[in-house]
Amino acid sequence: MAIDMEQFKVTYIEESLEGLDIMESSLLGLDSGTADNETINTIFRAAHSIKGGGATFGLSSVSEFTHSVETLLDQIRNEERTITSEIVALLLTSVDVIRDLLAAEQHNENIDEERIEAVKKQFDALLESDTTSPGQTSSQEIKAESNQEQNAWLIDFRPHPDMLATGNDVVRMFRELTELGKCDINVDTNNIPALEDLNIEDCSLSWIVTLYSTCTKQQVEEVFVWVEDDCDLIISPLTQNESESSIENFEAIKSEKGKTKEIGPELVTKPIDRRNSGDRRTPTKNKTESSSIRVDIDKIDALINMVGELVITQSMLSQMGEDLNIDRLEKLKDGLGQLERNTRELQESVMRIRMIPISFAFNRFPRMIHDMCSNFGKKVELKVSGESTELDKTVMEKIGDPLVHLVRNSMDHGIELPETRAKLGKPETGTLSLNAFHQGGNIVIEISDDGAGLNKEKIRKKAIENGLIDESEELPDSKIYELLFQPGFSTAEKVTDVSGRGVGMDVVKKNIQALGGVVEVSTVAGQGTTFSIRLPLTLAILDGQLIRVGEQTYIVPLISIIESLQIEKNSINSVAGKADLYKLRDEYIPVIRLYEAFDIQPDSRSLENGLLVVVEGDGHKAGLFVDDLLAQQQVVIKSLETNYKKVEGLSGATILGDGRVALIVDVAGVIRVSQHGSNQNINSIHDNGVAA
Amino acid sequence: MASILTVDDSASMRQMVSFTLKGAGHDVTEASDGKEALSFAKGKKFDLVLSDVNMPNMDGIELTKSLRTLPDFKYTPILMLTTEAGLNKKQDGKAAGATGWIVKPFNPEQLLTTIKKVLG
Repeated sequence: MAIDMEQFKVTYIEESLEGLDIMESSLLGLDSGTADNETINTIFRAAHSIKGGGATFGLSSVSEFTHSVETLLDQIRNEERTITSEIVALLLTSVDVIRDLLAAEQHNENIDEERIEAVKKQFDALLESDTTSPGQTSSQEIKAESNQEQNAWLIDFRPHPDMLATGNDVVRMFRELTELGKCDINVDTNNIPALEDLNIEDCSLSWIVTLYSTCTKQQVEEVFVWVEDDCDLIISPLTQNESESSIENFEAIKSEKGKTKEIGPELVTKPIDRRNSGDRRTPTKNKTESSSIRVDIDKIDALINMVGELVITQSMLSQMGEDLNIDRLEKLKDGLGQLERNTRELQESVMRIRMIPISFAFNRFPRMIHDMCSNFGKKVELKVSGESTELDKTVMEKIGDPLVHLVRNSMDHGIELPETRAKLGKPETGTLSLNAFHQGGNIVIEISDDGAGLNKEKIRKKAIENGLIDESEELPDSKIYELLFQPGFSTAEKVTDVSGRGVGMDVVKKNIQALGGVVEVSTVAGQGTTFSIRLPLTLAILDGQLIRVGEQTYIVPLISIIESLQIEKNSINSVAGKADLYKLRDEYIPVIRLYEAFDIQPDSRSLENGLLVVVEGDGHKAGLFVDDLLAQQQVVIKSLETNYKKVEGLSGATILGDGRVALIVDVAGVIRVSQHGSNQNINSIHDNGVAA
Repeated sequence: MASILTVDDSASMRQMVSFTLKGAGHDVTEASDGKEALSFAKGKKFDLVLSDVNMPNMDGIELTKSLRTLPDFKYTPILMLTTEAGLNKKQDGKAAGATGWIVKPFNPEQLLTTIKKVLG
């Protein structure tokens, strides 16, 4: 039976990655001096499973490397070696290496051989000192008996009384022997005790077997390998001539003891296929990237429950439909209400399947901070809260990098060196907090440190140097901090390994915006900085404000709306030949006439007859001129790109309750198009047939 | 065919063993550690137990010891799936009452060959 091992590999890689996470967090636990046997055992078990599975499923690079890790851990487990911080560091490095090896396997990439070799060498150096390689012990036994004339074996097999208690059946061994060749099996009943002394669970019989086969001694030994310590076994070779006499020898024994009898019919020789097929690695095509999701069983149960209720409601309604009269209208209304409830709950539980706890994203930070502390000579304690807050899987995957960047930033620029902190009268150990919570349909993730806070003057100076602002420009504090997120801005005086590697905060902001989120910063000089990321719960559903322009309904994501207002005539400033500006308190924002942008017929072209929806996208504010504001509701996003084509200014479409299609406005896109202002761009929206 | 209890904390290993055995027509029960296996064993008779050695909660050695105290499992073949062929674990397993062992890594064919031997 050929079984494709490839199919188990996905599970193996998934569980190994989990095992590595466990190893990592346990190792970090050891680091803070809480070494106990159970922790070591947990780490060992994880390494052990990774190694075993690697060998089984054909990932030899993984199993080979993990073997060294396992050996070292085994020594620690057996108290042959004490664990030092160097060993912890080496083990942590090896966790990274194994992770890379698995990733390489998963994505069919090349591995960094040099790095692995270097880590392996460190292990070898460590292990060499006082261990013997396990390969040597068995080499003696393997020396094959290459006696060509030998063609039979005399096997003297005397089980210990308790052999049967291990579940080993003598019949099995004889069956295996007959597969090697024809056997003469003789039982020796000499040792059977008197009936009153007989313990029925003991094995009191012995056997002498002559096996006519040219097989090796090793093959014979293999038959008895499970019982080698539960019996006395002598296997001696017989040559052709000897084999006759061996029987005589046996006869002699027999007559001497006088009580043996022959058992077993004529046994037939069967050829045996001993080819060791081994694990051959099949070349892999189409690697499946982690497209699976682990779902808590409770969520599935809730879903099944909900579907059950839906079915009940449906059958109730269909029964009602069979003889509907006016008296039952009230009941029908109830039924429809129930259907609505069911549908909503069903939608919610389906969406919940995609939700995973944010601890998936937070888990990497203890290790990262541990490493960075040793790199920078800083002391930082990580506090995590709200790690069970759930987030859409896609959002989770994409929020990882921005989070890493922000944490690095806090570690590098925020938290001061212990000496500096001591001088300032702060505790030497800084605190970095990660906090996640729900807030009105959004997820908020906060990264705060108790470091130096943002230096307003430094930011200002840098922005002037980089030409982001004018020297004379007076900016409120919040505006200055926002400069951090401008492209090409970096205050780091020297480029360190950690932050300031060319990927700026602007990328962080862009990534978060791509998820429909926003990032804000607040800081108190000398006391610390907090970055807040606000994200939609899911990418598939959006909280939208329905707006009307003429006969068309559009949806503006609620997250981009700052406010909506009645337009006051006095606040409008028309720039000749250009767009209108609206004076909103002390700033001027451009007005974008959506009917122009989308080339449709509005109710009114005069600004004072409509409403202004103030939005922000990509850091720019604008006012969208619309005819009317309709309801706010959650909408399910349908991609335009997959169903039609990418249209600038629109991020998708949805189907409204009455079956009509409404387009979802991409606020940043609309602002971009209107800023560049060229008709060409606007035309591109028109040409794409935006009007639904 | 035979009713087999397979015990391993590694899901991929369980999957592989179970897939192989089911493919050969056996009835397979999976347990993820010794404790779970023991609870299954108390409610059902098995013709063969295949157990990993290193597991959380209850390891393969403890499981074997406990199984041997159950009347139904006194002579039931118990095979250890172990990578530590040369080490003392093997002896611990035997001392606990294990019938034998299958050395990891093994492939499905090797597993079936060994099982065939034991079940006859």
